[in-house]
Amino acid sequence: MTAVHAPLTGLLDVDQVAADFPILSRTVRGGNRLVYLDSGATSQKPLAVLDAERGFYTQHNAAVHRGAHLLAEEATDAYEDARAAIASFLGAQPRELVFTKNATEALNLVSYAFSNATAKAAHGRALPPLAERFILRPGDEIVVTEMEHHANLVPWQEVCDKTGAVLRWLSVDEDGRLDLDHPEHGLSSVLNDRTRVVALTHQSNVLGTVNPVARIALAAHAVGAIVVLDSCQAVPHLPVDVHELGVDFVAFSGHKMLGPSGIGVLWGRYDLLESMPPFLSGGSMIEIVKMEGSTFAAPPQRFEAGVPMAAQAVGLGAAVRYLEALTSADGSHAGMAAVAAHEHALTSYALESLSEISGLRIVGPSSGEDRGSAVSFVLEGIHAHDVGQVLDDRGVEVRVGHHCAWPLHRRFGIAATTRATFYVYNGTRDVDDLVSAVRYAQTFFGVA
Amino acid sequence: MDLESLYQEIILDHYKHPRGRGLREPFGAEVHHVNPTCGDELTVRVAIEGDVVTDISYDGQGCSISQASASVMFEQLVGHPITADLAVADEFLALMQSRGNLEPNEDLLGDAIAFAGVAKYPARVKCALLGWMAWKDAVSQAVDRESPEVTR
Repeated sequence: MTAVHAPLTGLLDVDQVAADFPILSRTVRGGNRLVYLDSGATSQKPLAVLDAERGFYTQHNAAVHRGAHLLAEEATDAYEDARAAIASFLGAQPRELVFTKNATEALNLVSYAFSNATAKAAHGRALPPLAERFILRPGDEIVVTEMEHHANLVPWQEVCDKTGAVLRWLSVDEDGRLDLDHPEHGLSSVLNDRTRVVALTHQSNVLGTVNPVARIALAAHAVGAIVVLDSCQAVPHLPVDVHELGVDFVAFSGHKMLGPSGIGVLWGRYDLLESMPPFLSGGSMIEIVKMEGSTFAAPPQRFEAGVPMAAQAVGLGAAVRYLEALTSADGSHAGMAAVAAHEHALTSYALESLSEISGLRIVGPSSGEDRGSAVSFVLEGIHAHDVGQVLDDRGVEVRVGHHCAWPLHRRFGIAATTRATFYVYNGTRDVDDLVSAVRYAQTFFGVA
Repeated sequence: MDLESLYQEIILDHYKHPRGRGLREPFGAEVHHVNPTCGDELTVRVAIEGDVVTDISYDGQGCSISQASASVMFEQLVGHPITADLAVADEFLALMQSRGNLEPNEDLLGDAIAFAGVAKYPARVKCALLGWMAWKDAVSQAVDRESPEVTR
């Protein structure tokens, strides 16, 4: 039983894109073609990124922002050129971008600004000008959502434990959208003049939901809160202009957007970055160091202690250029708009195809509107781990479990889901293979 | 390696028809173990009399491997001396950590030998061990609680 799908428009030329990713031509268990549907966890890397990293090491390698020799100059230029390329990709200024190890570190960098400012203030120690915005008092409130990845939840719980602040949250409705009108956990019930931080995900890594960031940011700013956006699942998939979002901080990781592992980015409004105390301290983040105490460099250097990950930054710069150069097969879109159009078409196709399977329930919005490419589901009578195992036997690599969003799964009364995520190298054939493997799992476990 | 060798009939049978499932009284100790990577959970109660394991009761949620493993464990361990059970549990642990490079002792393991295929899938080893590690924890707590009375 196969439904007739509407013709898909705006797709990338998947065969052409996939040819840039050597790993996609390997086979997996049983000699099966690799159907990689776990880009939400980490994406594969095109040759352009690998070549850029290799080129850095074979031609320019030196410790960045140290030394006066030629290689040090070239390495520093390569690192700062990458910052500029990524900033331009986001509609930002280079000085607003801090390189971190990953998005988790980027989010911790912000959360630690609060606990560090609070701790220093308690002892009357020096803080940057306007750092009061980061000082929390017992009873101040931090707002998150029920759909957060642990990376944008646990750090805020930690801040609360250290400062006496109180954690509150916006709840998720049955369709996987934020329930902004909820009587207890809605926007107007949760936000108040004690709200100091609103931290939320741009796009859920489980549900695929794209949140109404502008509306929430406006409401948060109206009560004077700082807005922190986890854009791990958005920056790789949608055109993002950080200034247009209306938020104060945006965090994302490089490895989910074709870049290397070991690099993440924090974008922040410069006046806020300037008023934050350091997170990690040590070399190259200082201004003057004396035995009696130290002063700190201006951002972004203030937050980049130690020798930075230069090759990874160069690799991420190459990833951004690669994404910007993509175009729809029909010429309708270019760059990130082409990526978004491709994923939108593919996600709609996947939602339609999967919904034809009896006993399968999508956890998240069932339509493609305001929705990214993470498609999570439960299969009646088969635990996600077992679904994943059977899919893996067919070469279909998905993520199973709670995807670091345990409270969200608890809210839906489930322990685990199977999640497929799509990216620029996935096509309708991958969706068809997924659907066929899911049906095979049902047969194997006798629940078809 | 194919799916059938991982999901042996015995495993699927225990998954669909778990033995000894449900929490019962009396018990000497109760533990709650989770697999934080996937969210599987299991509560295990152990009752001992003297040096014999008289009951293991359990409840939880998880994949076929974790749930079937708890069911097989119930069958293999209840009614035997603690020392004998610990030997079985150690053999099971060794089998799971072997990556498939250990000739399992079938006399010791009984039906638990059906999990030999799991050892070749490192991501599933924790599933198979969830119940057994919980049992080991519970039995040591139960013994600790009982020992003061023994020495009195």
